[in-house]
Amino acid sequence: MSDAADFAPAVRQDVAAAITRPSLSYWQDAWSRLKRNTRALLSLYILIALATFTLLGPFLWDVDPALQDLNQVSQAPGPARTAALVAHEPRWSGRRLVDVPAEPDEYPDAVAAPAGIRAAQAPTTQLVRLTWDPVDGAAGYSVYRNTQAPETQNDLGLPLGGTDAGNAVGFEDRLNLEGRTYYYSVVPTDGVDEYDVYGTATITPQLAILIDEARERGLIGGSTTVTPGDTVELDWHPFGTDYLGRDLLARVMQGARVSLFIGTVAPLLFVCFGVAYGGTAGYLGGRMDALLMRFADFVVALPFLLFMILFKIAFGIGPGESGILPMLIALVLLGWPATARLVRGQVLQIREQGFIDAARLLGAPPSYLIARHIIPNTMGVILVTLTFAVPSAIFTEAFLSFIGMGVAPPTPSWGSMCNEGVKTMLSHPHELFFPALFISITVLAFNLLGDGLTEALDSRLRSRD
Amino acid sequence: MLIYILKRLLAGLATVWFIATATFLAMHAVPGDPLLNDKAVSAEIRRNLEVRYGLDKPVYEQYLVFMGNMLPPDSDFGISFTQPNRRVNDIIREHFPISATLGLLAVFFATVGGVLFGAITATFRNRMPDIVIMFLVILGISVPSFVFAALGQLALVNINQLVGYSLIPIAGWGGITHMLVPSLVLGLGTMALLTRLMRSSMLEVVNEDYIKTARAKGLSPRRIFFKHQLRNAILPVITVLGPQIAAITTGGFVVELVFAIPGLGRYFVQAVQQLDYTVIMGTTVFYGAFLVFMVILVDILYGYIDPRVRIR
Repeated sequence: MSDAADFAPAVRQDVAAAITRPSLSYWQDAWSRLKRNTRALLSLYILIALATFTLLGPFLWDVDPALQDLNQVSQAPGPARTAALVAHEPRWSGRRLVDVPAEPDEYPDAVAAPAGIRAAQAPTTQLVRLTWDPVDGAAGYSVYRNTQAPETQNDLGLPLGGTDAGNAVGFEDRLNLEGRTYYYSVVPTDGVDEYDVYGTATITPQLAILIDEARERGLIGGSTTVTPGDTVELDWHPFGTDYLGRDLLARVMQGARVSLFIGTVAPLLFVCFGVAYGGTAGYLGGRMDALLMRFADFVVALPFLLFMILFKIAFGIGPGESGILPMLIALVLLGWPATARLVRGQVLQIREQGFIDAARLLGAPPSYLIARHIIPNTMGVILVTLTFAVPSAIFTEAFLSFIGMGVAPPTPSWGSMCNEGVKTMLSHPHELFFPALFISITVLAFNLLGDGLTEALDSRLRSRD
Repeated sequence: MLIYILKRLLAGLATVWFIATATFLAMHAVPGDPLLNDKAVSAEIRRNLEVRYGLDKPVYEQYLVFMGNMLPPDSDFGISFTQPNRRVNDIIREHFPISATLGLLAVFFATVGGVLFGAITATFRNRMPDIVIMFLVILGISVPSFVFAALGQLALVNINQLVGYSLIPIAGWGGITHMLVPSLVLGLGTMALLTRLMRSSMLEVVNEDYIKTARAKGLSPRRIFFKHQLRNAILPVITVLGPQIAAITTGGFVVELVFAIPGLGRYFVQAVQQLDYTVIMGTTVFYGAFLVFMVILVDILYGYIDPRVRIR
């Protein structure tokens, strides 16, 4: 009788017929087949590039993702912009004509449309000063601003304010100006109500920054003397900025850390747990197996997203926390059964095969069987599951952050950036575009790689080449 | 078959019990409580409120009350915490049909589209239609649903602008025109998934012996395609339909949010933010039960479509 202590793995003896070509192990063979799959290989390169971007990017692009650049809010992507330096100016009192009455002697039923709307001085993003020709019979004016040409009087845009006299024909706008074309409309009033006429002018303010602020932000050196009218190069935002003026490139990089961290660590954890659980169930078999799998069936039946949200709040996020850890725990708690089922099926299959019986006959202990035979043979399936689990975890994170149940602001994640970007989608599409693009590329790459791996690791295809 | 159905139903009931218990435990592990949301109340009022909602009882007793009230035929999920004059049953009754309509329409689009496109790509394998559709499928799998929702809304804005009047409403709920785009957007991801599945399943079926036999005995290609190939290839699509229905109906949150549709998903998110115990528990259990029985229904249907399953 031999007992387990006598067991030792057989030593390879090359007594069989000599094999002329080097023998390929399973993994070498799979790798060589993966290398021939251009799409999978390309995806692998993309993923390596993404990892580099995430890990090394912040060192090369050393911009604080939380820093607000209020001179360049919702700036579209492009090269660095230059801005004119301007001195601080006090509020404009407007322009009051002396030869025109402040109030008409009698109020007409209709008046002419305002004409000659123009900028009183060179318009900048710090301030736009408008003036226009007085309208006969008007007792005041309302000023509107729109980002597209108005077609009707209902379409004049943002009401900025107005003047309360017929001879007051100046208005100053300092409200969130951007370096884009604006349509300013002036509507004469009778002091209370607006007349049904309007005049519109297009004005494109020049990007400008206050001298003091430029100095404070380090755009001009402390010792350099500058005069108003000089230009200065503003901070460069290659991907543009978001609605708070934060650099999108830096945020995409930091968001990548959050999204990819959750997207890779959670699947790693739940696949490991699933392998252990499914492996145990499959190896033990019988009643224990049935019991363990019944529990897995229960967990599968939980409505996934509802319980993600429930678990996430159950583990709580305190003030100042990002909510990454609760999401990780929730993903692991809900994600494992699929892997467990798969691995169990594999183990049940492998358990019945001849080489296991052979090893057992030779006296191999269960731990050796599991470590040397069962796990290596399920590795392919596990790897494929892992590759497909990553995109779905990234999707889940993005989805939850999008509905405001995921990573808490101000921590950026691709999903929460999409959530912010979708609000300004019509006027500033780049704020949605970049995070959405990165999610899509990552998910695409993992999916294609998963397809490639499935084919490469499929042992049925092995002997065909 | 009858025994099989009964067995499945029994297992389904056990699953619903598990879902309810898990929900209850998760809810009671949540830090904070629903009565803290409003302004500070005196200890006396607080005690009265606790008595009204049964929060003064020990947890196990609350659990028994919760489970007892839930039992059919007259399931009762209690009164909403944040909207004290609304019953959870009423909230579900009013808003679930909206979510269900949206979800089932999406499942319909996804299945019809998936089977159709899958069949097309398999028939034209490696030719133009296949390449184009498979490219779109990869897009459909890789782009998150909320991006599709945003793009769908953008497209509607442009269409309406082009026509000059509101041809298709961009948000809200009402007639069939409100439903079309949101359900299409909701179904896109599943449609892409089903197309892939259908394609590979069609390609597998082509190589089966019974197709060769059918061809050898001189059946028309059309008959082979519909009667032999399509019918067999559709089976794997049906197996994943159950879980996919689950994914679609709960995945409706985003679409409901973007298109401002007053479905149950939006109420659930709102309830979670306000820690509205009864609404959260009611909705989760209801959704869970719905999904469990949808999966069972699909499995039973499967037995009718595939006679081989029935024998087992």
